[in-house]
Amino acid sequence: MTIPIIDKQLQLILEQVSDPEIPVLSIMEMGVVRAAQIINDIVEVVITPTYSGCPAMDVIGDDIKKALKDKGYEAKVKLVLSPAWTTDWITEKGRKALLDYGIAPPLEADADKDVLLGDKKLVCCPQCGSKNTKMISQFGSTACKAFFQCEDCLEPFDYFKCLK
Amino acid sequence: MKNENLYNYILGVADNSLILGQRLGELCGHGPSLETDIACTNVSLDLFGQVRSYFQYAAEIAGEGKTEDDIAFLRREREYKNVLLVEQPNTDFGYTIVRQFLFDVYHLLFLEEMQKSQDKTLVAIAKKSIKEVSYHARFSTDWVKRLGDGSEESQQRIQKAVNSLWTYTDELFHQTEADKAMVEVGVAVDVTTLKDAYYTKVNSVLEIATIDIPESKWFQKGGKNGVHTEHLGYLLADMQYMQRSYPGMEW
Repeated sequence: MTIPIIDKQLQLILEQVSDPEIPVLSIMEMGVVRAAQIINDIVEVVITPTYSGCPAMDVIGDDIKKALKDKGYEAKVKLVLSPAWTTDWITEKGRKALLDYGIAPPLEADADKDVLLGDKKLVCCPQCGSKNTKMISQFGSTACKAFFQCEDCLEPFDYFKCLK
Repeated sequence: MKNENLYNYILGVADNSLILGQRLGELCGHGPSLETDIACTNVSLDLFGQVRSYFQYAAEIAGEGKTEDDIAFLRREREYKNVLLVEQPNTDFGYTIVRQFLFDVYHLLFLEEMQKSQDKTLVAIAKKSIKEVSYHARFSTDWVKRLGDGSEESQQRIQKAVNSLWTYTDELFHQTEADKAMVEVGVAVDVTTLKDAYYTKVNSVLEIATIDIPESKWFQKGGKNGVHTEHLGYLLADMQYMQRSYPGMEW
């Protein structure tokens, strides 16, 4: 189920539902919607959490139901754990939106490890683009992010940790 | 109940994360620095998230309208099955981080094995949790090394924490009757097989951290059968307060 099964007419509605913690990103770009189909006149949406304890999941569920209700659909939202979400499911558009919002998008797994463990300078500052950045804390404002600072423009910023 | 052994097994696994999560949550706004404060509460949040998945599953098995909240908040002290290690108080940051490290090393080994369970729900929870727990282990391992091989003061504190928490490590590898029954059917992790890998890993980190490995061969036990240290009662009084005072309350 790595390629989500999404009904085309629902896709447009779900693209309007944003991630409550990163409002520039829709839940579709985030890759948390794993299926959306109309079965016996009821929309069934399957979502998966980014992190187990992500407090946004309940809100996302409610937002989905509300967005669909506004368009006249009755919806059920189901939460599944498997297959586990990975940052690979964030779309290209989503990565761009993160960067524009000031959050550095996730690197590949090996590079991510080099950055978080080996002090390598690979994360680009979302403000000035410099790679002269350092990690301040492995854990940031939410479970999915680490906290960084640019040593050139000195701006602090969030880095979206790679999760595979 | 249809499958009491499975129910008890899940609670045993989940209670470790619940109680440790609560301990870490106590640091919210009280951590030694902003970064460590946020880190500890992030770890706490991950653990609570994992606990919810376990308890939702356990509630399903229990039936009769039981909910995850009933299981989390409405049991008595003797009904919690967590190991004694995770209920030990925060004391100082050295203590908190050593407790975390001693649990994280176990937790990671445990989840690796749980991915091979015959139970599909447990496999899904393991595959989700292991990604988070590898971050936890990274964090606590780094701090044990940094503080152990740090100043004279920090080294002493880590050594003291290791000396006093060591006695709780052996219990991680004990089995209850429910555990044994679930190992039989290929659902549970046989924790006895994790022991060697655990001490090898723990000892190698402590060595780098210039910390002496305690020689004591005497270990505490009881948590898995509901016999806890005096600390758990206070923790539960705090944790259960809202549900006990306002039964059935929701956010």
